[in-house]
Amino acid sequence: MKNTLQQVFHSGKFVVGFTIFTFILLMVIIFPLLVNTPPLGIISQGSTQGSFLPPGLYVNVYDSIATTPYTLNLDDAAAKRIASRLSPADRTAIKEWLVKAGIPENEIDTTDTDTLLDLWASNYDPGKEMSGMTFAKTRYYQRLDASLQGLLSTQGLTIAAAGTDTLQAAGSVAQSDYVNVTEVPNVRLLALGTDNFGRDVLPELVSATGTSLLIGLVAGVIATTIGLVLGLAAGYIGGVVDDIITFVNNLFIVIPSIVVLILISYSIGQEKRGPVTIAVVIGLFGWVWTAKAVRAQVISLRNRDHVNMSKLSGHPIAMIIFTDILPYIASYVIMAFILQISTAILSEASLSILGLGPKTSSTATLGLMMNWAMVYMAPSLGKWWAYMPVIVVIALVSFSLNLMNTGLDQVYNPALRE
Amino acid sequence: MSEVMLEVRDLTTKYITRYNEDIYAVDHVSLKVEEGKTLGIAGESGCGKSTLALSLMGYYFAPLHYTSGEIIINGRNITGMDPDVVRKSILGTEIAYIPQAAMNALNPTRKIIDFIEDVYQAHDEYKSKKEIYELACECCSILGLPETVLQKYPVELSGGMKQRTVIAVSVILFPKILIADEPSSALDVTSQKMVIKMLKDLMKDGFIKSMIFITHELPLLYNVTDDILVMYAGQIVEKATAKEAVFDPLHPYSKGLMGSIIVPEKGLREVKLTAIPGVPPNLKNPPPGCRFVPRCRYARAECAASVNLRNLEGGRSYRCILSERELRDAYRMEAEQNARK
Amino acid sequence: MLESKEIILSAKGLTKEFGFGSTKTLAVDHVDMDLYKGEVVSIVGESGSGKTTFAKMILALISITEGEIYFQGKKRDIRTNKKRQEYWRNIQAIFQDPFSSYNIFHKIDAVLLDCIRMRGGGKLPREKKVEMMSEACSFVNLKYEELTNKYPFELSGGQMQRLMIARIFLLKPKILLADEPTSMIDACSRATILDMLMDLRKEIGMTVIFITHDIGLAYYVSDKVFIMEHGKFVESGSADEVILTPRKPYTQRLISDVPKIYEEWDLSTVECST
Repeated sequence: MKNTLQQVFHSGKFVVGFTIFTFILLMVIIFPLLVNTPPLGIISQGSTQGSFLPPGLYVNVYDSIATTPYTLNLDDAAAKRIASRLSPADRTAIKEWLVKAGIPENEIDTTDTDTLLDLWASNYDPGKEMSGMTFAKTRYYQRLDASLQGLLSTQGLTIAAAGTDTLQAAGSVAQSDYVNVTEVPNVRLLALGTDNFGRDVLPELVSATGTSLLIGLVAGVIATTIGLVLGLAAGYIGGVVDDIITFVNNLFIVIPSIVVLILISYSIGQEKRGPVTIAVVIGLFGWVWTAKAVRAQVISLRNRDHVNMSKLSGHPIAMIIFTDILPYIASYVIMAFILQISTAILSEASLSILGLGPKTSSTATLGLMMNWAMVYMAPSLGKWWAYMPVIVVIALVSFSLNLMNTGLDQVYNPALRE
Repeated sequence: MSEVMLEVRDLTTKYITRYNEDIYAVDHVSLKVEEGKTLGIAGESGCGKSTLALSLMGYYFAPLHYTSGEIIINGRNITGMDPDVVRKSILGTEIAYIPQAAMNALNPTRKIIDFIEDVYQAHDEYKSKKEIYELACECCSILGLPETVLQKYPVELSGGMKQRTVIAVSVILFPKILIADEPSSALDVTSQKMVIKMLKDLMKDGFIKSMIFITHELPLLYNVTDDILVMYAGQIVEKATAKEAVFDPLHPYSKGLMGSIIVPEKGLREVKLTAIPGVPPNLKNPPPGCRFVPRCRYARAECAASVNLRNLEGGRSYRCILSERELRDAYRMEAEQNARK
Repeated sequence: MLESKEIILSAKGLTKEFGFGSTKTLAVDHVDMDLYKGEVVSIVGESGSGKTTFAKMILALISITEGEIYFQGKKRDIRTNKKRQEYWRNIQAIFQDPFSSYNIFHKIDAVLLDCIRMRGGGKLPREKKVEMMSEACSFVNLKYEELTNKYPFELSGGQMQRLMIARIFLLKPKILLADEPTSMIDACSRATILDMLMDLRKEIGMTVIFITHDIGLAYYVSDKVFIMEHGKFVESGSADEVILTPRKPYTQRLISDVPKIYEEWDLSTVECST
């Protein structure tokens, strides 16, 4: 056993794949222990403003105002403020106005915020008649000027409180007021933002990975076991047993599995549909190609010399199957198992599109997350955090498992060992 | 004195493995083939005879690399020539090579006549399809192949027929030398006989002027070749006429090799089959002296130093430090011992 | 002469059919053969003649369509697993490809220990087992100490085939069936293998059946030769009779197609057809 383990970890590919996979597994197990957020808790409100919040550090505005301010005078603070507020469209508009006002074009540089604003301040006249300008455009320039005035002043923002009759000034926030983020009580790091429902993507992703891995594992084990047993029986015993199994195999191939999955999912009913049930259902249909391939390999193996030698040595059938046939097909079977895991995760996603996956209110799965992102048009809206991390996780899971499998080449075939 | 068709001087070629090790599969080999003669190269798997055949083309594919030596074909020194020039002017026209299991090289989706057209095109001979077909038919009728073979696909032909077709296509440009590497090994005995007959007829009819025949089957060599070279671990260990090599070998390895011939003839009952224990040496680090030492019954301490080819009169030579007399005496004593058992 | 007049194995009307309906092929066609105890016999045929199928039927590795096999006078009974194991204690085989005859996951030790177990020596003390294995290995010129912890594929072809012979030494069967035992071995090692097989035969009084396409080999080792073509024995007799004075045209052609060195090899009798 120790020797086998040594061989197994000897391969670089295996070690890399194993590291990635164990990392993902550890994340799934340890993360919920460290972070207490419920994975399906909705944290942002509203379907328009509250959905697809981008990743970032979210500081509660209310608490930051109430926290003790510190005064810092950073010399480029004003420039940063203006630069973030003055969009490229606005700068081009300013340039156009200035050109129309008679300033030669080559003196205007839209990237130099200071000079641009100086030119604007000295030349802008709201009452000036400009030819060819619509009324809307004129109003636009007036609003732009007003907001720029606000930016250039060094006054603070006034926070008003509602009094009995009128708004009364209760306090003001100066431009040089800063708060220390660690002192603000409500700060939340949304590493991956929120999804369309307003749920924190990171805890949801971790929980979904765990569920999907579980589904993949259960479905993979069921499918591979059934495929292996049926393939071995059909290939080795042959005769009538082979005919029956091949018939059943072909039947399952011909029937479109998605239709049967839908029917079974539907008849189980929404209430009983947990992730394990779905996994079992997927597994019961995933064995078809494994069985076919195992049968083909066993048929070619059973006429080999070493099997004949085994028979002549008086080994019983069970021993021949376990020691002379199984090790030779191990590589294929494990490969099939790994592919089953990936396929199961995606099959579950197809079911979830139709609403026949696991109950969406209690669990999240990778497939479901992808589907919500698609349905709520995250890609076209540019909200990459709703689907990219999911894709990366699925890819990493498949990749690490496959890497482990190829790294095990030397264990599968002793003749390749150095 | 007949013309020398092919002369090889001190040829050394090596394989470079993926661990960057050099394996000298052909180590300072020299040979000469004269017009009208067939040279046989005998040896077991791994001795370098197939590599030697490949090396004679002057056309090297990685991991095979040329190291040193000269190859002179029909007076032209082709060592170091540009591969394209070699391909167009030497391969096929001066020297033709039939590799092992050549029949597997036929493209299963093209007809035989397409193959022949390719050969002409590759040598920049622009002939019309009709001309090529006529030439091919003529060639077939001389060589005893039915003309229908030209329009068939390889899968429609039997193994023996495929091999004979490949041989016919190789000689279609009338090369001076033909190198055949195990042309009949993968065939059943009847097809084998047909292939051998065809090769002998090629020589007899003047299609080719000389031939090098490579095989591990010694009775074949005896019947087909005039002279035999025995190779071991990349070196030539004996050169003799076919009769001398089979019935009166000098080098201990040749003696062992010839002593393992099994033929269904009465003569077999009178000899005791010999076996040579051990395996050929690993060519990654060949020993400096004689490479046969670990397996040789007559080895002495001096054998580990370097050993050169000894030349005897009549063109015979062998690579051993023992003299002809010493070897013959040793063999005689052994034969007497065996007779007494 | 080690032969006695006792028949150890007898095949009567042995037939094997493959396929159904229009694709039925008769691989072995009503073959009769009597094998005397201690003989060395060769079955010679080209590929497709049915000799391997015949061998497998004798070895009870494939089922028989028609015909009977008598072992030591009694009809062979291999209906149950136990009876089959009994039968295999008396008949063993060596196959052509030494590499594929071994399970690549088992070390050499395991292979030899398995043979000891099959002979009923499973409960023997470790030292005794090692002694038996060393004896078997030295019989075939292999050193047991060098082989432990190695896999069979780490040896050369000749060594693997010799290990097979060591296996037979441990199993001591009454009949050995050797299917092309030397065709994948270097010429230099062939004589070793053949001589070892003959020595083993003398040592344990084995009867040997060689299956081969090489008529020269058949001439060298056997007392009797059977020529097989298309599933039938076309000629049989002592080796000298069949090979030096063949009567049937198929045998004559088979022999004339092999290159000769002591006599003239006549190439003119070749018929050049497809």
